[in-house]
Amino acid sequence: MKYSYYPGCTLRTKAKKLDDYARVSAKALGFELEEIENWQCCGGVYPLSSDEIATKLSSVRALNEAKCKGQELVTLCSACYHVIKRVNDDMRNVEDIRTRANNYMKLDEPYMGETQVLHFLEVLRDRIGFDELKKKVVNPLTGKKIGAYYGCLLLRPGEILGFDNPENPTVMEDFIRAIGAEPVVYPYRNECCGGYISLKAKDLAQNMCDKIMDSASGFGADMLITACPLCQYNLTNNSKATVPVYYFTELLAEALGVKQEVDA
Amino acid sequence: MHGIGVFVCHCGSNIAATVDVKKVVEMAKLEPGVVHAEEYQYMCSEAGQERIAKAVREKNLKGIVVCSCSPRMHEATFRKCAEKAGINPYMVEIANIREQCSWIHKDIQEATEKAVILARAAIAKVNLNTSLVAGESSVTKRALVIGGGIAGIQTALDIADAGYEVDIVEKTPSIGGKMSQLDKTFPTLDCSACILTPKMVDAAAHEKITIYSYSEVEKVSGFVGDFTVDIRKKARYVNMDKCTGCGACMEKCPSKKALSEFNSGLCNRTAIYTPFAQAIPNVPVIDPEQCLKLKSGKCGLCERVCQAGAIDYKQEDEIVTNKYGAIVVATGFEVIKLDNLQEYAYSQSKDVITSLELERIMNAAGPTKGHLERLSDGKAPKNIVFIQCVGSRCSENKGKPYCSKICCMYTAKHAMLIRDKYPDVNVTVFYIDVRTPGKNFDEFYRRAVEEYGVNYIKGQVGKVTPEPNGKLTVHGVDLLDNKQVKVEADMVVLAAAIEPSPTVRNIATMLTASIDTNNFLTEAHPKLRPVESPTAGVFLSGVCQGPKDIPETVSQAGAAAVKVIGLLAKDKLLTNPCTAKADELLCNGCSTCANVCPYGAISYQDKLINDHGIKKTHRIAVVNSALCQGCGACTVACPSGVMDLQGFSNRQIISEVDAICR
Amino acid sequence: MESSKKKQAEMIKEISGTNPLKCMKCGKCSASCPAFEKMDIKPHQFVSYVINENIEELAKCESLWYCLSCFACVERCPRDVKPGKIVDAARQLVIRQKGQSHLLPDEIPELIDPELPQQLLVSAFRKFRR
Repeated sequence: MKYSYYPGCTLRTKAKKLDDYARVSAKALGFELEEIENWQCCGGVYPLSSDEIATKLSSVRALNEAKCKGQELVTLCSACYHVIKRVNDDMRNVEDIRTRANNYMKLDEPYMGETQVLHFLEVLRDRIGFDELKKKVVNPLTGKKIGAYYGCLLLRPGEILGFDNPENPTVMEDFIRAIGAEPVVYPYRNECCGGYISLKAKDLAQNMCDKIMDSASGFGADMLITACPLCQYNLTNNSKATVPVYYFTELLAEALGVKQEVDA
Repeated sequence: MHGIGVFVCHCGSNIAATVDVKKVVEMAKLEPGVVHAEEYQYMCSEAGQERIAKAVREKNLKGIVVCSCSPRMHEATFRKCAEKAGINPYMVEIANIREQCSWIHKDIQEATEKAVILARAAIAKVNLNTSLVAGESSVTKRALVIGGGIAGIQTALDIADAGYEVDIVEKTPSIGGKMSQLDKTFPTLDCSACILTPKMVDAAAHEKITIYSYSEVEKVSGFVGDFTVDIRKKARYVNMDKCTGCGACMEKCPSKKALSEFNSGLCNRTAIYTPFAQAIPNVPVIDPEQCLKLKSGKCGLCERVCQAGAIDYKQEDEIVTNKYGAIVVATGFEVIKLDNLQEYAYSQSKDVITSLELERIMNAAGPTKGHLERLSDGKAPKNIVFIQCVGSRCSENKGKPYCSKICCMYTAKHAMLIRDKYPDVNVTVFYIDVRTPGKNFDEFYRRAVEEYGVNYIKGQVGKVTPEPNGKLTVHGVDLLDNKQVKVEADMVVLAAAIEPSPTVRNIATMLTASIDTNNFLTEAHPKLRPVESPTAGVFLSGVCQGPKDIPETVSQAGAAAVKVIGLLAKDKLLTNPCTAKADELLCNGCSTCANVCPYGAISYQDKLINDHGIKKTHRIAVVNSALCQGCGACTVACPSGVMDLQGFSNRQIISEVDAICR
Repeated sequence: MESSKKKQAEMIKEISGTNPLKCMKCGKCSASCPAFEKMDIKPHQFVSYVINENIEELAKCESLWYCLSCFACVERCPRDVKPGKIVDAARQLVIRQKGQSHLLPDEIPELIDPELPQQLLVSAFRKFRR
């Protein structure tokens, strides 16, 4: 099975490992991530204003390329997922944005939101299946107590993203179980880490990260996993706590026994 | 037809402010057949009706068009008026220039133009009207009440006390409903069981009342005065005639894993069970999903201990068919599911509960024997937070758009009872508005604040987080202080919205009774006919019609009973003469109409027809006018166009359309 | 003056795509906001400021630069008012004016550290400047 793949800016630079581990894991699981050509940065935040068009076009280009190949579009970074999925929803359902974006793009055939956007975790859950994943695990992470950190961008707004229950998600916990570890459920797993605010108001981000980390370790988590480079950065650098925060793909690669292919 | 009178009503300013009524009169006078037209401020008033009668006398009118409100409002009024004045009531047509015109237009010119057109269409129709005579049908002097909660019980008692037979159909094993689960009732704090159980006993003992418990309505046919209803008596696996209610079977039953519905799932029950000790009838049922004997054939303990020999594993569902003159819907409510409101951590913590669950915890017969304790560890709580409007007053993707009405009062009740019994416990209530419009209601709420020291905070809660130490943090806002507040709590109680029982949709379909977008049954008129469904012979009692507390429910239950009694007291009912009729000369008996008839009113017979002197035998459609409800489905389905609805013939409707398009 | 106030309020309603009149003043947005303490005008107040056409005050307020776009208020709003979208619309109204950039390229070297992901910078640029 081949998917169109949109890595995003950070996965080419600071979060290269998030990408590397995903690719080797995909291979081990029998699917391929085919990077789309000439992708451009999604912009990191979804432009909320209804009159913003230019800032949505990079997402439309990526979506259209996947459409032309007849493939589903997979992302790894929570922010890319959030932006591209919401732009896709606009292209599907908001006539004004669809018309203006298509006027701008002058594609051979107008893009109407046909592409299905999937987060890598959704591929694991809905395309591969966690039971199948479990069968492919050669190195189960038995005994590890792992807290899932979802953050905001994968979950909210739930009615557009439809990724999981936005207030009580389970996909990462199911993932943790599938790789043989024990999920630690804590209530701050969908609270914001501070995002971009850490640039200008570090104290606010620190306060928020501390609450998340305290709650997770209070419930007994040895480590956290995340899908977002910015969450990983904030939780690691802006909190007093010392609980390590990993990309979920790193633990996936480890469980599948392919981690050394990247580390070597 | 010559001799049509047109009467244009101002309806105060309801019509006259938007429609130029004088212009409508002028234009009506130009229509063929019209010999008289006038306008008046309130045509439905006595003076207005007298004007109609006078015109009938003086101008020798043969047909009447009233341009006024919806026929649902006053068609009957004007038909009666015509009859009194000496013309056939079915020679009256209503042009609805209020609901369908003045109320929805702003521009006078536009509205007037439309009113003129609507009047013109009605005139064109009345030109082709013929005199119709209502038939008569008999009334079965027995009522059916669907639902055995306080609403159903009260309605049944009131009907039975008037001397009529009543059957109650209740889907659970016992009557009593939600009220039987409550601990105390506001605003007087009497014990719910103490005031309800005597009524349950009265209902069971009443010679005119038959209770079908553990039963459901399966099929309804017929019409007002003459309904035929199939009732499915679900297999109890216990012979009701033999069982003495000793309870030995329940004591011995080894299957104890099912969650007790009566205790809101807070504790278990056995596979053979009565919902609660005061159940009526006091005859257990066997839950076939849980019973080891029924599932695997192994066990049979209850049969062995039953001295009366009442256990019968071979019992099957039984269908009882009864006739009724009137049907009352009293299907009640359920608490909504909280899946879309997970921020309150209901599914994540045992110590976040709904108010109905708290009722069971506070109840001496409940799972904690009335001791206030946490469900997670059995410890006594020191801090309790109540959250109001959980799923009420929400957009549709979150919950219900309406106010559930009862929560403000029962929350004040819970807060007060807790502070009274456990003065050391701190109680905080997060509210958006406190709504207490009932007799002694606001005084009750103020007592909670002023005498019992309940801490009311104006503001909603964003999230409830379980903490590693087993406590809960309630993240709220105090809008009056403009501050975020975090309250540490041992227990959080959610005032979850209520919704009509999910069974009501199916029942409404069987009864062809209309329901609104929230699944509440619709009244015939929201103010003037609040306990009647628009479907004749169907009445509404309790929360199935809209959120209500107990006093309101009981009042409405009585009102519904009065309406039923008024119907059952009649020996004959006039039937609607606007029924379907086939043209015998042209019908070829193809059976299309019978296939679409929802009432089973059409049959076929071979009939000798004299067609211009040629006599031959035809198979033709015959409509049973007692069964026909005048829906018109057959007139549209008939391939040769020979089926007509009297009073709404194809010609009449085409002439209306022609008049509109003119 | 009156008409320009009205116009600005209309613009906020239009680009945010929200209807502030749906608000029932429950405060759930403010109860949910992780940046509440930093805000001079609180999330629930944004809604009434727009209703009252007091956009001048909104344009001056600090809250615009503390909203995290975490969408907690958007997700939890029981009435679909979605205050976060109103905050963002007010922010847009400001940064679309000349000279209203709240993040200058010159500031960047001082603010970043070697670990900082690109994603943070792109996001901040989108939120703080045109």
